[in-house]
Amino acid sequence: MTAIHARFKLDYPGFTLDVDIKLPGSGVTALFGPSGSGKTTLLRCIAGLEHAEGGLLRMNDQVWQDGEKFLPTHARSLGYVFQEAGLFPHLSVRRNLEYGLIRIVPDKRKVQLEQVVELLGLSKLMARTDPTSLSGGERQRIAIGRALLTSPNLLLMDEPLSALDAASKQEIFPYLERLHRELEIPVLYVSHALDEVARLADHLVLLEQGRVIANGTLGETLSRLDLPTAHLDDAGAVIEAKVAMHDEAYSLTRLDFSGGSLWVSKIERAAGTLMRARVLARDVSVAIAAPHGSSITNIVAARIVEIRDEGRDRVSLRLAVGGGQTLLSRITRRSRDQLGLVAGMEVYAQVKSVALIA
Amino acid sequence: MDSTISPADLAAIWLTIKLATVVTAILLLVGTPLAWWLARTRCWWKGAVGAVVALPIVLPPTVIGFYLLVAMGPHGPLGQLTQTLGIGLLPFTFAGLVVASVIYSLPFVVQPLQNAFEAIPERTLEIASTLRASALDTFFSVALPLAKPGLFTASVLGFAHTVGEFGVVLMIGGNIPDQTRVASVQIYDHVQAMEYTQAHWLSAALLLFSFAVLLLLYTFHPTGKRK
Repeated sequence: MTAIHARFKLDYPGFTLDVDIKLPGSGVTALFGPSGSGKTTLLRCIAGLEHAEGGLLRMNDQVWQDGEKFLPTHARSLGYVFQEAGLFPHLSVRRNLEYGLIRIVPDKRKVQLEQVVELLGLSKLMARTDPTSLSGGERQRIAIGRALLTSPNLLLMDEPLSALDAASKQEIFPYLERLHRELEIPVLYVSHALDEVARLADHLVLLEQGRVIANGTLGETLSRLDLPTAHLDDAGAVIEAKVAMHDEAYSLTRLDFSGGSLWVSKIERAAGTLMRARVLARDVSVAIAAPHGSSITNIVAARIVEIRDEGRDRVSLRLAVGGGQTLLSRITRRSRDQLGLVAGMEVYAQVKSVALIA
Repeated sequence: MDSTISPADLAAIWLTIKLATVVTAILLLVGTPLAWWLARTRCWWKGAVGAVVALPIVLPPTVIGFYLLVAMGPHGPLGQLTQTLGIGLLPFTFAGLVVASVIYSLPFVVQPLQNAFEAIPERTLEIASTLRASALDTFFSVALPLAKPGLFTASVLGFAHTVGEFGVVLMIGGNIPDQTRVASVQIYDHVQAMEYTQAHWLSAALLLFSFAVLLLLYTFHPTGKRK
């Protein structure tokens, strides 16, 4: 389902943004790329904070910008969360939250104050008068709530966690995940951290030097070996799996997906819950015969789809594990040659560790 | 001779307060948008406008007074305008004094406001626009409240500087009781007439007033809580 069509060309000294992309109108779309790749500029163009002459922006059936028309930022139904919270220092926490809300006519308010307070755990902060006295994580939660309260058709988030320390990041993550699950607002999420993207996004757009180099679902895009994401140290695939059963005695939980199952440390989720598991390429090794006497419990039958040389001593493998799901594996070039691995071979993927991310 | 403040002195003080109040009010109305523009524009003639606004700080008041007198005179452009509008000529009237004082005190209002507006991060204004506030809405709901300390300084300085003017008043206003004879001119008159006691009283009153104003400014200056 395509709901957003953006086409911008913007020239700065030493940098050109040149994109023409269609994005889904639901879920979280991550804009991922190294710094200087144009993620933030693209987001600012979409918000109308940057005016790319001759650009085009369609949001569902509305035109926000084309050759003749340029809707100013305040006339666009969007929320924008910046790196820093940017709370208004002259307003109390409540007045900050209500700043956007009171500018929306009552019958257009789809998101209510109580709902946001509950969703982001803000009730203890509501009585605070001076927003500058709050912690970074608290301020950012209020900024997110403030943006949500304009009942936007699109939520733009520009590395909302990057200015926070690790503890505050962990504090905010569960809220972002709830947001993802409970609100039906499409989100464009700019990030240069792959773990954030893997945790939150459904759809992934990769940017490099102002151009889109990939645009697809998270699973597909992360498992492509021809993209820079595959070369990162924390490259890995995501697998959607269901909680199947718990082994109380060993404190483990089994997750099932159509291509097999994975045992992970016990999680407090009911059977049937859909989980997203992230498996890093460096945690997956392959064997050509079913391994015996291995301490690795997660062994999945797989077929090699593609092998790509990473240079020096490494190669990456793309493994199909059934049900259309994919694993990545990174092994040494010598192992590839000793085992005679080629595309099309049936192998066993040994998964050393699995990170559950949602 | 009466050694305390005479009715004429009181009239001069009253006229001074009236003039300073009217001028401050006009300056806030004119100076605020001007300061906002100066703080935000990337226009190339921003520098020129800023320099013109600052001129009264460096020019002798007599120079400003002289040019204003010429401009507002029967053959000057302002004079022609006011005559056409049926207002008559402005020199040696209260209205003329107001016009001159507005120009004379302009930098004292515009500069603190401009500094206050420039201290507001561009990001803060962008955030307001992403929260559905139009430019005008943002100005009133974000910029003006954040510039409150600057607004306070501008008002106090504009008022006090108008009270303290002399040269421009003498050039434009002359010395007409209840019209243009403000406190500073009254002191000059007292000294000319060798009425030193009265000059003392009035001078002391102005000194105390100025000190009180500056004390107010330096003690109770509302500092913006900005991070």
